[in-house]
Amino acid sequence: MAIRASAEQFPHDADIGVRGVGRSREEAFEQAALALTGIVTDVAGIVPEEAIEVECSAPTDGLLLVDWLNRLIYEMSVRHMVFGRFAVTIENGRLRGQAWGEKVDRERHEPAVEPKGATYTALKAERRPDGAWIVQCVIDV
Amino acid sequence: MDISCLSRISETEWRLPAGGAMRVPAVIFGSAALLGDMDDKVLEQIRNVACLPGIVDAAYAMPDAHWGYGFPIGGVAAFDPDEGGVISAGGVGFDISCGVRVLLTGLRRADIEKLKNDLADSLYRNIPAGVGSTGKIALDAHEMDMMLENGAGWAIAQGYGTLADLERIEENGHMAGALPDAVSAHAKKRQRDEMGTLGSGNHYLEVQEVTAIHDEAAGRAFGLRLGEIVVGIHCGSRGLGHQIGTEFLREMAIAAPSHNIVLPDLELACAPIRSELGQRYLGAMRAGINCALANRQILTHLTRRVFGHFFPGISLDLLFDVSHNTCKEELHDVSGRRRRLFIHRKGATRAFGARHPNLPAVYAEVGQPVFIGGSMGTASAIMAGAPARPERAFASACHGAGRALSRHQALKRWHGRQVIDDLAKRGIVIKSPSARGVAEEAPGAYKDIEAVVEAAHIAELARKVARLEPVICIKG
Repeated sequence: MAIRASAEQFPHDADIGVRGVGRSREEAFEQAALALTGIVTDVAGIVPEEAIEVECSAPTDGLLLVDWLNRLIYEMSVRHMVFGRFAVTIENGRLRGQAWGEKVDRERHEPAVEPKGATYTALKAERRPDGAWIVQCVIDV
Repeated sequence: MDISCLSRISETEWRLPAGGAMRVPAVIFGSAALLGDMDDKVLEQIRNVACLPGIVDAAYAMPDAHWGYGFPIGGVAAFDPDEGGVISAGGVGFDISCGVRVLLTGLRRADIEKLKNDLADSLYRNIPAGVGSTGKIALDAHEMDMMLENGAGWAIAQGYGTLADLERIEENGHMAGALPDAVSAHAKKRQRDEMGTLGSGNHYLEVQEVTAIHDEAAGRAFGLRLGEIVVGIHCGSRGLGHQIGTEFLREMAIAAPSHNIVLPDLELACAPIRSELGQRYLGAMRAGINCALANRQILTHLTRRVFGHFFPGISLDLLFDVSHNTCKEELHDVSGRRRRLFIHRKGATRAFGARHPNLPAVYAEVGQPVFIGGSMGTASAIMAGAPARPERAFASACHGAGRALSRHQALKRWHGRQVIDDLAKRGIVIKSPSARGVAEEAPGAYKDIEAVVEAAHIAELARKVARLEPVICIKG
């Protein structure tokens, strides 16, 4: 069966987990970022007006995922933006990412909750036997 | 939670003996029903905490404990620097010094009933709440450092409150030992326009009615009278604290092997108290505490201004301000020996009993006020530190009702508009920028606060003083 990219959320007692599934590690990271945005607002309602770039590196894929999501949380916080589209490349533990989005519009986006940080709880970054990449962790909100 | 592996010490105290890599036992407080409803993760996490180097006495979980990060929410643990004890960024959490303060209005329910909707609108307009909201105070680099060093004292020097407020805040509103230089440029940038903002999630500003007094003497000492109105403010150190937590968690997780620390869970990331990293985190975390104290002080000022508009001359005296995500250096008697320990309280409140030397004079005979935040539809509680001898759990008590359903489950069950309408029928006004946020925080998603408070009372963690019910709730 063909692998389908997906962005999901999963329950955690007080907070929310995010999961990205993709045909490549990069696609899974992009999907996890979409799941992160989904905590705040409906991804479909975001206009990709402005692009930002982030870079991070880490010794393991798991740590890299948490770094990537934390960089996005930081950018969302200081720029007052939400992002609805992502592009990621990963080489030798270094991630280069682009995120497209717009300023938060409280009427239109109705932001539900502000992510405080990505955590190492329920952290996973692995390739399934069918070849799909699955990456996930819990976000403290 | 499967409680078959625990031995029951009393009606509300359960013990898991030290075994395997555990250095001390784990102790969970709560009724059989509360423990039965807890996630198995609470037991797994408190057992992991008991494995950390230099832990003293026991790893404790409060009656409101639930699945957290590394530590359970509602976790308490003490570490001795003389025995290789550690400080853990995960043991403090992302929202450093998140806490609750309560203001006394002296007004009765009838005084605000007719004005309720206008008061709610005005509070909602004047208290920045929710994602993307910004405060009106912009700090330059020097002012930011002054704020991080001096906490609520800084805010009061800027005109946000009175000197009398300071003695009714833990640490007199100023956490000593803060190191603004240990706080990164990113953390400071994240805080740039967030001073005086409430945040989102479970944070709130609530106008509440005192609907029961359980302890007349303590109620009098706290200035609480049946039928009167108080204001509760629940929030923390905003973006600055979140960023400090994020950065040090990563640094401690990566550095753990170099300190010969084996982490049973990455989220327990820690460093020896007596290490460069441990000291740097302590300095940054204390700066985060000051940021939270300054933030709640500014929100107090904004609240006083709104009430002053409706009720000219009103003072809104501060009852007390408690933090429930901290690590503090304190003196405690352990097995008859006085020891200087670093107490982590993750989702737990300090609860000094009467005559504790660190209490303000006004509460010396009654004990420290302890605030247990509830949901916007049920109730909150005020308790007092119990003079139990020996101290229980390093003089700590619970901090909230604790969630019974995840945000995910809550969203499936409730719609925000419906929650707001249902609460309106019960006379409770909810103001929030996000209907979905309200659904995620629906009252039914929380545990029964009465059961949590009763268990804390029976376990002598703190004693019941008053019950508060919401009238107006501003949610982020």
